[in-house]
Amino acid sequence: MSKPRLMQGNEACVEGALEAGLRFFAGYPITPSTEIAEMLAERLPRVGGVFIQMEDEIGSMAAVIGASLAGVRSMTATSGPGFSLKQENIGYAAITETPCVVVNVQRVGPSTGMPTSPAQGDVMQARWGTHGDHPVVVLAPASVLETYVLTVRAFAIADELRVPVILLSDEVTAHMRERVQLPDPGALPRGERPRPGRAPANVPPMVHFGEGGRILVTGLYHDPSGFWTEKPEEADRLLRRLCGKVESRREELTLVERWYLDDARVAVIAYGCVARTALRAVRLARERGGRAGMLRLACLWPFPRHEVAALAEKVDAIVVPEMNLGQVLGEVERAACGRCRVIGYHRVDSELIRPEELVPVLEGV
Amino acid sequence: MEELRFLRREHLPHLWCAGCGHGIVLGAVVRAMDRVGIDQDRTVVVSGIGCSSRAVGYLNMDTLHTTHGRALAFATGIKLARPDLHVVVLAGDGDLAAIGGNHLIHAARRNMGITCVCFNNGIYGMTSGQYSPLTPAGFRTATAPYGHLERDFDLCRLVQAAGATYVARSTTYHVHQTIEYVARALSHEGFSFVEVLTQCPTYFGRRNRMADPVRMLEWFRQRAVTVAQAGRMKPEELRGRVLIGEFHRTEEVPEYSRSYRDLIARLSGEGDGDGR
Amino acid sequence: MAGERWEARLAGAGGQGLITAGIILAEAAVLAGRNAVQTQSYGPESRGGASRAEVVISDGEIDYPKVTGPDVLLVMTQEACRRYLGALKPGGLLVADQDLVDEVPPGPYRVVRVPITRIAREEVGREIVANIVALGVLVALTEVVPEGVLEEAVMARVPRGTEELNRKALRAGLAAGKGTAAR
Repeated sequence: MSKPRLMQGNEACVEGALEAGLRFFAGYPITPSTEIAEMLAERLPRVGGVFIQMEDEIGSMAAVIGASLAGVRSMTATSGPGFSLKQENIGYAAITETPCVVVNVQRVGPSTGMPTSPAQGDVMQARWGTHGDHPVVVLAPASVLETYVLTVRAFAIADELRVPVILLSDEVTAHMRERVQLPDPGALPRGERPRPGRAPANVPPMVHFGEGGRILVTGLYHDPSGFWTEKPEEADRLLRRLCGKVESRREELTLVERWYLDDARVAVIAYGCVARTALRAVRLARERGGRAGMLRLACLWPFPRHEVAALAEKVDAIVVPEMNLGQVLGEVERAACGRCRVIGYHRVDSELIRPEELVPVLEGV
Repeated sequence: MEELRFLRREHLPHLWCAGCGHGIVLGAVVRAMDRVGIDQDRTVVVSGIGCSSRAVGYLNMDTLHTTHGRALAFATGIKLARPDLHVVVLAGDGDLAAIGGNHLIHAARRNMGITCVCFNNGIYGMTSGQYSPLTPAGFRTATAPYGHLERDFDLCRLVQAAGATYVARSTTYHVHQTIEYVARALSHEGFSFVEVLTQCPTYFGRRNRMADPVRMLEWFRQRAVTVAQAGRMKPEELRGRVLIGEFHRTEEVPEYSRSYRDLIARLSGEGDGDGR
Repeated sequence: MAGERWEARLAGAGGQGLITAGIILAEAAVLAGRNAVQTQSYGPESRGGASRAEVVISDGEIDYPKVTGPDVLLVMTQEACRRYLGALKPGGLLVADQDLVDEVPPGPYRVVRVPITRIAREEVGREIVANIVALGVLVALTEVVPEGVLEEAVMARVPRGTEELNRKALRAGLAAGKGTAAR
């Protein structure tokens, strides 16, 4: 492990990306993700990589996909409005199976909203922001160290499954500075792209531009050769395989942390910055004799519905605090399927939920 | 016939309408590639969305059919990731000048090492004939049923002003010039731009009494004025005419991916960059 | 200090360097082998808008990263005092810039008034180092980190060429903090 140091969330994202082998970044300035671009503008050319500030958010997503298809690990970082603008090309990455990492540091929306304040309103956009059914993986860090770890993991998943991976951070986690000790270089798996002769089930091998493959990459429905097709059976086969490559790996992609759940009667399900609040609230409730616990979600999509279903069997109630009006809440209700009470707690005034407001909710159920 | 090696012949015939000019432009592009001896395994051709963008399906090299308007932004990523590759963008006028206009001026401003060929038919063909920023005033389209009220862009002047370092225009009537300009564009290191007027008899011609593609080619011939001829003509004589020829060519501006490679080399203290 | 959670809030206006001061304080805690989290809140203005930095220091894990009831509140504007005083922990310490904060309502806390900005301007020579003076005052009064470690953290963060100025500011702040009678 590295020497302990104080590090900002966005900085940890940069360190994780470079550790994962990032060599191309395209972005457009937007609060509160801009530190990532600024740091990479300095760092990337020093390791032989390329940073470019594009003319807009759409173009930066496009450039990232272009660079990835040329064989380079690529990333962009943005926030709310920019994330909306990138959606069409995120869908393009999904159908063309182009590995890429998109960091979205959530701020208060919709629209310009409150640019410097935290929110968790993009959970559904991260999953369903582009049109059409599509595969996507969404990771949500709750600390500076986890921002580093999940950034490395995002690249590994993106490459191995050939999918866009969204690192769904938030203004609190991104701007917070914490004491961290980073794992040694190479300690975390970096993953690799499927290549001819070495590809996992339902992920096709990837041939990069300039390798003599003379390939066609298209956002149209295409047959296994890559050429566009409008045959219904080919379309069906393609979409089911695309979604299936993530869906079939739901359990291995699941990333949860369990806190005090062994004897819990009430469980909090939380993610991102609010998980920090929830852990404090659970501890306060337990100090007062309550039997509270927490299931923290670090991978939001694919949604760990098997974990939630198992938890709902055990507890009387699940509380879902979010800095939105109930986005993960709906997924929890769906997975709990009436096995226990599910209660949402929402705050959308730009302030991080405080532990002392959550404790009564835990005690009231 | 050497240029046929650049085509995926198993995917022909193409999807363009009878009489469409896009095949002529594509033919000029592959002949130009043959003329300059391009290495088809070190070339990536990128397109957006629209009739002309389907050209990449027929090219036997690495090809990328992207989203509407964004071909140049995708191409920018490719060029920066692999500066050793030849990157070519084929795109229509709606794609490049409307939805993708921002990427066009900024690729030109950066002098990004991309050859961009604009298939200008003055219409959105794929969506059946709406007006584009290059539809001339007065002509009828599906969305200008009373005649088009807007002025069109002079795309070559726009791109030149934005910083492109090779700029030329031709038409499908002027096939030899088209091949020559595309060949020169392919040999140029910085951002090179060739606009080619191409006929859409199906949607543009039929609404404007030129349903016969030959009439559209005649129209190109009559409208076209070379840069040299234009210098001897009065402004009123030039009204409604289209200038063709080479407008601009300079080697003095550094190509962007080379500048970035120089930066990397400077930071690593290894000298002044590779690829010299 | 015991292992429990210690919280500080530094509040004032954008441009007073309070976020930098918060970062330095957290870095000093990490250098001293302790755990620390620093967060902030700021508006769209780089200069002049409301700005606050928060630091939580502990010898154990820090779950909730924000300040709930600060042990120490530094206020560098009257508005910050009005807005944040209510959250100060009973028995906590309020440090106010004497010239910028006129009114401090009475309450169950220790109040220390120091002419922080004036010291920076007149004793040190540059108003811009008021944040470093303030850090010196805070650490002198709380001993939350050793002085030497704080100086190390200041030196590591400030722009090259300004080390002497900042060292002078820090020492002026430490001296002012020690010389102030609490009331």
